[in-house]
Parts: sequence; C-alpha cells; structure tokens
Amino acid sequence: MNKENTIPALDIDQQTPNEQTIEEIVASLGDTVGEARVENPKMSVSGVDVFYAEKQAIFGVDLDIANNEVISMIGPSGCGKSTLLRCLNRMNDTIPICRVTGEIMLDGEGIYSKDTDPVLLRARVGMVFQKPNPFPKSIYENVAYGPRLHGLNRNKADLDDIVVNSLRKAGIYDEVKNRLDDAGTSLSGGQQQRLCIARTIACSPEVILMDEPCSALDPIATAKIEELIDELRENYAIAIVTHSMQQAARVSQRTAYFHLGKLVEVGDTDTIFTNPKHELTEKYITGRFG
Amino acid sequence: MSTSMLLLVIFILTALTYVVGRSRAASLRKQSTSMHSLPRYYGYLAAICTAVPSLILLALWSAAEPVLLKSSTIGTLPAEVQALSTGELDLVVNDIKNIATGGISQSADDPVRAAAAQHYTESRASSRLYRTIAVLILCIAGALFGLKKINSGTRARVAVERAIMIGLLICSCIAIFTTVGIVLSVLFESLRFFNKVPFNEFVFGLQWSPQTAIRADQVGSSGSFGAVPIFAGTLLISVIAMLVAVPFGLMSAIYLAEYASSTVRSWAKPLLEILAGIPTVVYGFFAALTVAPLIRDAGESIGLSVASESALAAGLVMGIMIIPFVSSLSDDVITAVPQAMRDGSLGLGATKSETIKRVVIPAALPGIVGGILLAVSRAIGETMIVVMAAGLAANLTINPLEAVTTVTVQIVTLLTGDQAFDSPKTLAAFALGLMLFVTTLILNVIALQIVRKYREQYE
Amino acid sequence: MTEQTRQTQVQAMSDTTIRVRQSLKKRYAREKRFRLFGMIAIIASLTFLAVLIISITIRGLPAFKQTFINLDVTLDAQTLGVDETADENALRRANYNGAIRNSLLELFPDVSSRKEKRALYSFVSKGGQYDLQAQVMADPALIGQTVNVWLPVGDDTSGYLRGHIDTTLPEKKRRFKDNQIAWVEELRSNGQIETRFNSTFFSRGDSREPELAGIKGSLFGSLLTLLVTLTLSFPIAVATAIYLEEFAPKNRWTDIIEVNINNLAAVPSIVFGLLGLAIFINFFQLPRSAPIVGGLVLSLMTLPTIIISARAALKSVPPSIRDAALGLGASRLQVVFHHVLPLAMPGILTGTIIGMAQALGETAPLLMIGMVAFIVDVPTTLTDPATVLPVQIFQWADLPEKGFVEKTSAAIMVLLGFLILMNATAVFLRRKFERKW
Repeated sequence: MNKENTIPALDIDQQTPNEQTIEEIVASLGDTVGEARVENPKMSVSGVDVFYAEKQAIFGVDLDIANNEVISMIGPSGCGKSTLLRCLNRMNDTIPICRVTGEIMLDGEGIYSKDTDPVLLRARVGMVFQKPNPFPKSIYENVAYGPRLHGLNRNKADLDDIVVNSLRKAGIYDEVKNRLDDAGTSLSGGQQQRLCIARTIACSPEVILMDEPCSALDPIATAKIEELIDELRENYAIAIVTHSMQQAARVSQRTAYFHLGKLVEVGDTDTIFTNPKHELTEKYITGRFG
Repeated sequence: MSTSMLLLVIFILTALTYVVGRSRAASLRKQSTSMHSLPRYYGYLAAICTAVPSLILLALWSAAEPVLLKSSTIGTLPAEVQALSTGELDLVVNDIKNIATGGISQSADDPVRAAAAQHYTESRASSRLYRTIAVLILCIAGALFGLKKINSGTRARVAVERAIMIGLLICSCIAIFTTVGIVLSVLFESLRFFNKVPFNEFVFGLQWSPQTAIRADQVGSSGSFGAVPIFAGTLLISVIAMLVAVPFGLMSAIYLAEYASSTVRSWAKPLLEILAGIPTVVYGFFAALTVAPLIRDAGESIGLSVASESALAAGLVMGIMIIPFVSSLSDDVITAVPQAMRDGSLGLGATKSETIKRVVIPAALPGIVGGILLAVSRAIGETMIVVMAAGLAANLTINPLEAVTTVTVQIVTLLTGDQAFDSPKTLAAFALGLMLFVTTLILNVIALQIVRKYREQYE
Repeated sequence: MTEQTRQTQVQAMSDTTIRVRQSLKKRYAREKRFRLFGMIAIIASLTFLAVLIISITIRGLPAFKQTFINLDVTLDAQTLGVDETADENALRRANYNGAIRNSLLELFPDVSSRKEKRALYSFVSKGGQYDLQAQVMADPALIGQTVNVWLPVGDDTSGYLRGHIDTTLPEKKRRFKDNQIAWVEELRSNGQIETRFNSTFFSRGDSREPELAGIKGSLFGSLLTLLVTLTLSFPIAVATAIYLEEFAPKNRWTDIIEVNINNLAAVPSIVFGLLGLAIFINFFQLPRSAPIVGGLVLSLMTLPTIIISARAALKSVPPSIRDAALGLGASRLQVVFHHVLPLAMPGILTGTIIGMAQALGETAPLLMIGMVAFIVDVPTTLTDPATVLPVQIFQWADLPEKGFVEKTSAAIMVLLGFLILMNATAVFLRRKFERKW
C-alpha cells in the first residue's frame, strides 16, 4: 500500500543539502523533460504558479490533457499534484488564501478569465474526491442532485433516465437498482466511490478529475474502479492523481511526474515506467523514495 | 457554641492533627522504619479522620435540629392549637420563634405561646450544647484514631486516595441529588394541590383566577384553577419568540459559518455572545419600557387596539434574547458538517447557496432541530421578560396584540409575598412548576439525544 | 465506439453547457439574495444589541448626576427641639426638617399659604434632613449656629431641572407649577443650584424616594450571594469533572450522571427557585431572603455550566502527559492533581467566571426564595435579609416615578459593567493561556 512519507524527498537524495530553499531546489530541477503538449488538447495548462498565501506550491507547470485518454499525475506527497488537479475546475476558489497565476484553457477558453463561470466550469469538469463523499440523501437523490441543479432534465422520466444511465455507466446499477431510496451512506466504501462517479457523470461533464479515488478503498473495490476508469476513457478526458505507481501504470496512457511543485517529467506511461529520462523520476519509480 | 465557632475549632484541630501526624511520620522515617508513603500522606490521613466524621455529624445535626425543634414545640401546645391546619400551625410556630428570638410579635402576651417560646428557647440551647459536645468528642476521637494509624503497617497514600475518590464520587452525585430534589419538591406540593383541585380541572379547565373567589363552595374558596389559558399564553409567546429567533439565529449562523471572512467572524461572534450574556431582567425592562409602548403606538397609528402588555412585545424581545442561543448551536452543527460534503456539491457545479440549502442544511438538520428544541425549552422556561412585559390576565386568545399570561409569570405571582404555605394558591404554583419541569425535561432529553446522535455521526 | 454515438455525446455536452448557461442568471440572483438574508440577520441582531445598550445608557446616564441646592440653615435649638447637651437619641430625633423649611421660607419671605409652602418645601429631598442630622451628630456644637449646606433636591425639582417636565403644558396638568419654576429659576440665577456626581447612588441602600435610593445594599447582597455560590460550586464542579473525565467507569451509573448534568444545564432557572423554596426554606428552615439560600440555589444552578466547561478543559490535556507521569510511577490521582489539573486550570477558571457571570445576572429563582423584599439596610452576614442587583432592578422597574426609571437604567449599566468585566477576564484568560497541543 502507499505509505505517506513525511520526509521531503530530496533530504534522502544526498546530493542536495538541507539548507537550500524550495525555490533553489526547484530551480535546480531544470526544465520539464518529455512532451507536455498533445495535438488537439481538451485542457491545456500553461505556466501555472499556485500560492497558498506567501508559500508557492506549484512552479510554472505546462501540461495538456487530451480527449479519450487518461493522464495520471504521480509524485511524492506534497508535490502539488492534487493542488494542480483542483485548479482544473477551480475548486481552489473555496480556499481564500489560494492564488493561481498562469493560464488554463478548456476548449481554448481560459477558465480563470472573467467570462468563465465557475459553476458552468464545474458542471463541465467533474471531480471525484479522495474519500467517497456521498450526500446524506438517497442513492437516487445523490445522482439526481447535479441534473436538478443545472436543470438538465425536462421532466421526471428524463431524470429517471439520467440517473439509471449514470449508475449504469458507473457500473453500480445492478448492485443498487432495488434500493435506490436507501441512503447513499449505507453503501460500502467502493460502492460509495462508484456512486460519486455516477453522480459526476450525471452532469454530463467533458472532463473528469479524480483525486486519489482509490486511496480509501480495499484492493477488490480498487480493481473495480480501475476497470471503470478504463471504460470511461472512451467518452471523457480523465486526469487522475494517484499515489500508486502500479495504478498509474494500469489505467493511464500518459503519466506526469511532479516533485516539490514542479512538473519534472511527462510522457507516455510506458516510456516513463520503462525508460525514465530524469534522474529523480527514475529514483521515484524504482522506489528510492516516495 | 455557634456553628461558625464550631467550624473554626474543627478546622484548627484538623490543621493541628495534620502537622503532628506529618512530623510523627517523618520522625519514624528518620528512625529508618520503612514507611509505605511520604510523611505528608500520614498527615492527610489523620486530618481526614479528624474532620470528616465531625463535619458529617455537624451537618446532620444542623439539618435535623429545626425539624425536631418544631415538632417538639408543637407538642407542648394545647390540643386545639395542634388540630389547626398545617399552614396555620406554621404561622403559630413562626410566631413562637419570633417571641423566642425577641422579635416582634402580636401575641407576645399569650401565656400559651410564651410558654412554648420558653420551651423552644430551652430546647434549642440544650440541643446546641449537646451538639457541641458530640461534635468535639467525635473530632478528638477521630484525631486520636488517625494519629494512632501512623505506623509502617498503614498504606497512608492508598487510604487517602481512596478517601479522595469517594469524595469525588459524592460530588458527582450532587447532580443526581439536585434532580431528585427538584422532582420531590415539585411533586409533593403538586400532589397536595391535586388533592384540593382535581387534576382534570387543572389541566383542562378554561378559567384561571386564583386570586378571587368565584363560588363560595369551591375548594379552598379562593378561585378557579383551570390552567389552559396559561398554557395557551405560554405557547403563544414561545411561538412568537421562535418566529423571531429561528430565522434570525439560523441565518446568522449560516452567514458566519459559510460566508463571513475571518475578521467579520471574529467580531460578530463575540458581539452576538454579548447579546446572550445580558441578564434577562434587562431584556424585561427593555421590553416593558421601550418595545411595548413602541408596538402600542405603531398599532394605534394603523387603528389597531393593542394591550399595553401585549404578547407580541414579550415574544419579540424573548426572540431577540434567544437569537444568539440558536445561532451558536447551529453554528456548531454547521461547522461540524465535513468539508468533503461541500466539496462534493461544489465540484458538481452547485453555487454556494445551493450547497448550503441542499447539502449542508439537510446534513446538519438533526443538530439544528435539536438546537431549536433546546431553544423552545428555554423560551417556555424564561421568566423575567414575561413577568415584566406580559400581563397577569389569563386570556384565552391567539391574538398576539392582547395581553396573555404564562406559566412562569403565574409561578412568580403566586409565590412572591408572604403566604400560607399550603393554600391552594401557593400549591398551584408548584403544580405549574411540575408541568414546566416535565415539559422542558422531555424537550431537553429529546434534543440532547438528537444532538448526541448527530455528533457521533460525524466523529 | 461508432461515429454516431460519438456524435450524440458531443451534442449532449453542448446541451449541458447551454442549459447551465440558461439557468445561471437566476441561480446567481438566488445566491445573492440568500447571502443578503444572512447579512441582514447578523446586522439586525447587532442592531438590537446597539439599540438596547444605547437606550439604556441614555436613560441611565442622568442618574449618575445629582442636583443640589445651597441653603443657609439656622440650627436654632428652638426649631430643632434639642440643645447641644442633648443625648444621642434626642439628637437623632431632632426636627431637622423644620430647620430646612425655615431656611427655605427665609429665601422666599412672600410665601404664606399652606399650598405654596408645601410647593416650596418639595425643593429639598426628604433625605436632606439625614445629611443635616449626620453633621449635627458629629458636632453638636453646631446647634445655635447657621451652617451653609448643599442638600439634594426633591424628585420633581430634579425632573424640572433636567428638562423632563414639559413646561408648555397647562399648569394644571404638570406636577411642577409656575410659581415653583419662578423660584427655582431665581435660585439658579443666584448660583444656589449645582449638579454633581451622584455618590448617594453608590453609598446608600434602597429607598422609597428615588433621589435617595442607591445600589450599595443590593451590590453587597450580590457579593455575599456570589461568595457562597463560588465556594460551593467551584470545588464541587471541579471534583465532578475530574471524576467523570478521569476515573468514572463506563457504566450505566456514569451515563445517568452525565445525562443528568446535561439536562440540569437546560432546566429553567425558576425551577431551581422552587427547589430552594421547598427544600432549603420550608424543609431545612433556613431564613428567607438570605444570601446563604440564594447562594445555595445559584450554585446548584451554575454547577452544570462549570462542570461542562471543566470537563472540556480536562479533555483538552493530551493523554501523552498522563502517560508520561504514569510511566514515572505516579498514582492516577497524583497524575491528575500534579499534572492534568494545573494544565486545565485556565480553562476551568474561564468556565467558572462565565458561570459566576450567569449567577450574577440571575433573577427568577431569587424571587422564589424571598430576596424580593424591600430592604434598606446593607447586609453584612450570610443570614441577613438581602436583595441582589438584578432583583433590585426588577423592583425599581415596577415603580412609576421618573427618578426610578433613571435609577433602574443606571443600575443596569452597573450590572452590565460587572458582567463585561467578568467576561473580558474570561476572554483574557483564554487568550493568554490558550495552548495548542
């Protein structure tokens, strides 16, 4: 299982002494290795810096997210991968001290520009969280929540369709079809997480962001979710943050490796795991730290 | 010896035993006797032996003395006086006590009462003497026993700790004693009341006028005791109060918990707490002097007749008083809703208010309902505002512009001023007190249960 | 995936966007409205607070001032009915009022009718004679001499001087007549009327005359009552909290105690008054109206508050401290008394102060045990008849005289002052000793 390592990664790497500031270390990492851009991207991140009050958490990241593809973001804890993910649908707006500069585009429109509305953005870019967080409502109401908010259904039958379809797509319909009125919280952890995915799908998003979706789940539930992610790829652009390198290798087509808020290396998953170019990437995937 | 003098003596003896005990243990220790505990624990042990039994005896004696003196004094009175009702007998005994203590009494010349007073004085003096002797003997015996215990065989620290533990346990039982005391005191008097006025008449009667006799043949010939108008009045004022307190309190809590910046929060919360800390008598004064005339004038200007002590004024001010109560309880439960819930909703593209209305409030609902129930119980039991701003007239009405009366107002009115203790009028206050206690108890138990369940859900 | 399904998918996507866009305006309007309601609720609550405090301050401030009239009083033996050789009792009962009245008549020699005289006499408060009495009793040699004294003015005169009396009303409808106004104005132009700080308000007990009524009696009553409350409730509450938090086994009995305490915290205060009346006064025959009974009742009432906050304070001491001390061989009781309790003490004290503030402001239960009597003397022992500040406020609030409305508001200001002081101390303690583990 993934172990949280609280020691900063570079302390183990003895080449760099303790006294260096994060800025200096980041500068020493050099430019991003590999190709950050893809043809015809769904989302495109350019030169993004993120600050929590005075503290900088993300340093000049460039990255594209492509249609019908899963991109995984890996790296030691505190490397900024979750922070970047939360920027992609402006969830960071809820943290008052958080400040984002640079540009993030969705279909060529800047999501931090004045014209873009966070509500609409979040309907188009859905998010699945680390801990399953179903609302304290029935299973049906959980899934119907988004469509109702946004007025996506014309009538009750429409809504029923959306709910059933979303549950089907999330691969949980057969397990819950007879108890749609039960509380969402009555499900098991893995089922809850798939319910949350169904809830996200119900808003018909274009991109789905997943923040360590399996970290609170057992291996069997994890396997089901991974299978589901692979199916969802056909219809959505997916970005997933994970602690598990195996998971990244299993579900994603491209992988981005982050270190201390810097995108160190990005490329095809196969290449990253078999032939990493950057020294740190190699050390990380071979388990020298993490 | 007076009680305070006796307490002083016990205290001095206790301090003395502690010092002696400790030094004796210390010297034993120097003689290399192996002692179980540090010398001071032997001192503590001896001191406990000195003080505790004698203090218990003193307390029991002092508690029993007035009761025994009273019955023995009554015993000396002629049979026809003894045959008087309890209330009248109480008056006689009070009078005798007054004579004995040299106070003012109308019947000091009555030879029977003078003799009784003489008896009272004498038996009181002898009781005091015996008390002093008994307490001092017990005190000294305890001291000697405690000092004798100072040897290597005594595990002084263990004994002292056990004594302290017993003390802690007794203290924690005082809450139980208080509840039992409340139940007993209101229940017994209420039962006596229901002997005079049937329970059904009290609970379902529509006429409340304890002050004046309506029919001469009525029980106690002092009015009628149908409490429905009072219950209705209490309900009316509480409803008005909740109509003010719940929306304002809840919206304040939502704003503070979800919208306000930390600066606003750090100012607004303590200010709201000030509102909660203002004594109710101040609210009562404000209601009677400022709000009630304001409402009356406003009503008259649009042609409504408003009683000068309207239910509206009292309810409104009571509502203001309860706002901070509702707001701080709701604030607690709203902030207890996990951030993940909010994130889930916001992540689906809900606005903040949609998240609050559709996710946070439903999730916090049990806690909020519990808080509101506690607030209702508070409104029902609130006394000073209604005493000062609501009337005494037991009108059965739902018009908030009329004067109504409440349970608490009636309790205060019936019990303030000197009255014979067992007149139906006084006893009625205890019956009302019983109703009040039972109602608020039920509300509190339900509310606390709900809140507790809710807390457990998110812990 | 076939081309057709992909097409539908794309359509569905744009569908979402369109629909969300359509709803946005309405949703943001609702958002704004909701936020506004919240703001209104807060502002309204705080406005209530401001109105309450300002209205009471405006009414109460004049009570801290008192108007005096300057008179040359001739203390001739004939008027007083005593001479300097008289004993103390005779001196006490001498006719000082007569002397004051004579000096008033001297100022306005034209006054002759009884009605006019009575109007003139009302200039000096009935308390004036006590001031004079005190002077003479301190120095009997003053008899036969003329002394120049400042005496407090009567209620109506004081009302007129403060502008409370509407002089545009016809004379019959007001309590202060035209001739009185003329006299007062004459005195004022002669510099014989002066307004000073009202020390009477703090140095006297209750009185039926508003200009003589003070809060000293009720302040001392409050002090004695709180003393009893503190000495009883603090140790008992701390002991209970220690037992429940540190030693109590998890069983039914402990559960019952806990539920009990939580319920007691929500029992209406007047019920505690009934308990006090039935148990302490009727059963144990303790004296009515006495601070000792008030203190007993209030300590039962404040116990739950202090217990709950003391438990919270004990709970916030991290278990590692207990483990460390236990590991060094301390007994469980030693751990609590040497380590946990001192660390929790600031929190416990904060809770105690808040409980005491609650007790200081409490009125209803004290009405039940007879602390509502009219008491002039300042209480000095725990069994003296006494009243407390909030009850004094309640009593004064019922009186119709304008002077008492002022006194009531002033007494409220004093009470609120004490409460703010106590709460500020609590906040200070919490800030100063707050510890993050």
